[in-house]
Amino acid sequence: MRFFATIKIALRALRRNKLRTVLTMLGIIIGVGAVIITVGIGNGAKAQIEAQIASLGQNVILIFSGNVTRSGINTGWGSAGTLTVEDVEAIRREIDSITLISPEIRQIGQVGAGNQNWSTQLLGEAPDYFEIRQWRLADGALFTEQDVRSANKVCVVGKTVAAQLFGGESPVGQIIRIKNVPFIIVGTLLPKGLSLMGTDQDDVVIMPYTSAMKRVMGVTTLRGINVQAASERQLAETQRQLTDLLRQRHRIQPGRDDDFNVRNQQEIAEAATATSKIMAVFLSIVAGVSLVVGGIGIMNIMLVSVTERTREIGIRMAVGARGRDILLQFLTEAITLSSLGGLLGIALGLGGSKILSTTQGWPTLTSTSSIVMAFLFSAGVGVFFGFYPARKASRLDPIDALRYE
Amino acid sequence: MNAVIQLEDIHKAYQTGEVEVKAVRGVSLQLAPGEFVAIMGASGSGKSTLMNILGCLDRPTRGRYLLDGVDVSGLGRDELANIRNQKLGFVFQGFNLLSRTSARENVELPMLYSRRALSSREQHERAGRALDLVGLAERADHHPNQLSGGQQQRVAIARALANQPALLLADEPTGNLDSQTSIEIMGVFQKLNEQGITVVMITHELDIARFTKRNLVMRDGRVVSDVPVEKRLNAEVELRALREAQAAVKLVP
Repeated sequence: MRFFATIKIALRALRRNKLRTVLTMLGIIIGVGAVIITVGIGNGAKAQIEAQIASLGQNVILIFSGNVTRSGINTGWGSAGTLTVEDVEAIRREIDSITLISPEIRQIGQVGAGNQNWSTQLLGEAPDYFEIRQWRLADGALFTEQDVRSANKVCVVGKTVAAQLFGGESPVGQIIRIKNVPFIIVGTLLPKGLSLMGTDQDDVVIMPYTSAMKRVMGVTTLRGINVQAASERQLAETQRQLTDLLRQRHRIQPGRDDDFNVRNQQEIAEAATATSKIMAVFLSIVAGVSLVVGGIGIMNIMLVSVTERTREIGIRMAVGARGRDILLQFLTEAITLSSLGGLLGIALGLGGSKILSTTQGWPTLTSTSSIVMAFLFSAGVGVFFGFYPARKASRLDPIDALRYE
Repeated sequence: MNAVIQLEDIHKAYQTGEVEVKAVRGVSLQLAPGEFVAIMGASGSGKSTLMNILGCLDRPTRGRYLLDGVDVSGLGRDELANIRNQKLGFVFQGFNLLSRTSARENVELPMLYSRRALSSREQHERAGRALDLVGLAERADHHPNQLSGGQQQRVAIARALANQPALLLADEPTGNLDSQTSIEIMGVFQKLNEQGITVVMITHELDIARFTKRNLVMRDGRVVSDVPVEKRLNAEVELRALREAQAAVKLVP
């Protein structure tokens, strides 16, 4: 029997019991719709996390000064001041796989402008820092290597600081007192929002590290060094080279502990994506269960349908339908039922995602692959759960089937 | 001339629980093309079982069955389905049309399953010709529930003719019909028989059997009588007589 004739018969049989067809499809519709929506939400959340990770910078390696314990109190990473500007120069000179490098001084301090004042994070960095950490300029300009060399009293400010000190006014060109030392604000930064740990990344003032050391904080050592490796593949190797070089420069005997700490961003990123992976697995289990439930609904209705139409099956067999014709007919009906449900479920899922993202502001991201997968899966459900009823129909004895009341 | 049907010592036994029921016990029969046979018998005489075997819906437990020269007694399910499709046409007592499907589509049904695929236009035309043959051409798009019993049976006959079978089998075709419609249906069979189609039918109405050419009587699974019909009735003549009688009592104007 031809393909289109089979489909036509299946559609006609489904039209005959419209309410029943719709109710049966509902299981698949809701299942597929739920899959599309949850995968959309999951992907949206994942994309958001990935964007946050990207805002930390790609292939970033952090070197902290070692820690010291005084009178039983450990002061934490970066406090020992074991890293120097000369270390930075040496790294820049000796390690080829490094593309960007920035020494870092960091302190919490009071800043003021006019009659406003605010406690914020003070950072001393090289211009490379903005590239390493993916900071983008909102207004004005960044400070330059020239500013670093001359230890000029210039700085750029984050959005939070700008808002606290200047309100709606543009801070570019204004004077800001950093621990009572006047600096000129040369630029403002685009906001990054909260970090993965929940701190406000925009609550920051960034100045040349030389200015920070000499004019604000009065220190000669660094708290840390930010480094960007050329590629992800070179991350581990670069990390090892950095460790070797710094141990050599700091004259650390083999077997003794480092007086510094080298970490890379990858570790933080992996922890965050692991969460979204667990989420994805959980969602696919839920989706699978709902589709199986829908499939059982289809099987149930197909069994009822086979019983109801026993006489029709008998007639068809009497005029020459073979077992496989009947099998194909009922299988096509089940697949049509589940695929149609799948298509409607996709429509529901896309609509639902749209509504969620517009009304609730949830970032949903529906991918073509998830739609195709959902459709194929629903068709597969039809094949799997339609096969048993169809086979039952095809095995009927024509005489018994004709006699069936 | 080759026989359309040749039965050689056909037996059929059913196993119902512990008891073996011997429905048909040694029937031998030969039917030439163009015959018109009525098989009669009380219920339980084995006539329906014999009909199922003739119709390739069932297989004999013993004996040989040659249909149109082909031995069909040892064929499998699918092969029997093909034989039913190509060589046989069925007419049932209860019409057995697909409801909510037009007359024409009902007639097209056997063509849907034929091994040699026809274009849908060809199917359409063939169904139209078959309906024309039973005098229902203008009702092709009606559904069974819009047709009278006699008309439904005509559609069923047209369906049986769709694949131009060698043999038309009818299982009590007039069982559900009133006497006038029964005569009309017998008229259709007579007309088809005159065109050379072999017809075998089951009936337990003696007067219906008199429209055929040959009467078989079965009892206890055996053929006990096989006689040609003398004083064969002609459907047209009978119908006219019936109308005159009805007019006499003012049943019809």
